[in-house]
Amino acid sequence: MFGIVGTIPEIDFPLTYGKVAVEGNQINIGDEKVNINRGTPAMIAAAVKTLQYMDKPNPFCYLVGDIGNGDGCKRLYEHLIEHITDNPFRTLALHYFQPNVGLFKRLLAKIQSMSTKPTLIGDAGFMYVAKMGGDASSFDLFTPDAGELAYLADEKAPHPFYTRGFILHEDNLIPDLIQRAYKHNNASTYLLVKGATDYIAYKGSIIAKVDSPNVEVLEAIGGTGDTLTGIVSALIASGHDIENATVTAAKVNRQAGLIAQPTPATQIYDIIKEIPVALEEILRI
Amino acid sequence: MLNIFKKKETKTESPRQEKGILVFDNTTKVIRAESLLKAGGWQIEVKGPPPDIRSGCDLVIEFPLLEELPIIRKLSEANIKPVQVVPVSSALLEPVDLLQEKEYGNYLMVRAANMKITVDRNTHLIVNVSGGGCPDVPYLAEQMVNKSLGAAPQPRDIGYTLCAYALQIAYERIIKLCSV
Repeated sequence: MFGIVGTIPEIDFPLTYGKVAVEGNQINIGDEKVNINRGTPAMIAAAVKTLQYMDKPNPFCYLVGDIGNGDGCKRLYEHLIEHITDNPFRTLALHYFQPNVGLFKRLLAKIQSMSTKPTLIGDAGFMYVAKMGGDASSFDLFTPDAGELAYLADEKAPHPFYTRGFILHEDNLIPDLIQRAYKHNNASTYLLVKGATDYIAYKGSIIAKVDSPNVEVLEAIGGTGDTLTGIVSALIASGHDIENATVTAAKVNRQAGLIAQPTPATQIYDIIKEIPVALEEILRI
Repeated sequence: MLNIFKKKETKTESPRQEKGILVFDNTTKVIRAESLLKAGGWQIEVKGPPPDIRSGCDLVIEFPLLEELPIIRKLSEANIKPVQVVPVSSALLEPVDLLQEKEYGNYLMVRAANMKITVDRNTHLIVNVSGGGCPDVPYLAEQMVNKSLGAAPQPRDIGYTLCAYALQIAYERIIKLCSV
């Protein structure tokens, strides 16, 4: 069973959980409908497209409305602490969320108490709070971009906002930052670092690089990191090992971007639509 | 001699340089308090909280401790009360100050920490907001994208988190670069 936790950028979106479905440019969950846009909706939509291609069931999602004041996230943290063990998740992807170290640690303890610990994937706010609380190594996979990797590499920064300039500087090479993140125990077992070249690392060593197709403008488009996290999580949930899933997802995300022929003004749904074709093109090679 | 009665034009730091921090329950209040106190001439700085009072997405205001009473009075008048006032006992974390710029033809992207904003230089239209991990980022993107730099709401006015504050820094740089 594959679970996703995240937020919807609407203040009155209720705490909702259940199997999701995608219809056109909308996600349906229970009685609620959400437009597919950057953030967790883009991540879910990319995951659903991938799962459909792999002929696997759609994910079970826990969602709440939050526009940044953290109220919705607090309610969902409490719900998850009570109920995350109700379902036999084998893969859990934790996404946009308000970092709160105390509540996160209680949730992580519950996840770790499950009889079979799920493969744990962290991105966005959940990646931040895991590093903030010293729990990065409890995760199997993080999917940072270069700025977020610098944050993981800075052992003193409690949030990317405080990453020190000498670490954030673009002269720093990604491999050095990867090593530094592992050295201070601030990385997950695997890292998928997205960028002009995508790097895949395992316990401190770079095991793969993906640099084609090269679609430079993807960096400017909000949601391209979310789609990558959705694709890789769905591949892992479909039975791919993490190394294979990360390499394949990096290629598929780039290929979907290439097919969409984007400009910096392209919106993420135009890329998500191309994921099935991209999967077909990459997986048949 | 009469100089001691001369009205001070700005409120300067105390000679002993003792600092305190104002802790608020969310970043929006920090941003409002920062604007209010800077407009009042106080020498304050936004920084990261010390580890013992850090809970997550936090920001505090460092201020000259001897100015505590007038500062609290000013904040109370504006109904922005801090939840804690604590003397500073160790160096505080500095916010990100290294920004990166990238051009894609007519488009310009500015990155501050984990946040990116992209603008069409010809029309000044905000075409994308990306990065970040806090829940206000997708909300900020929805509110800002497809609006011109002059007409879009500023992250500091509608955001709540450190990601919003980072986006504000990128936004201010892109405004400067586009000479809006």
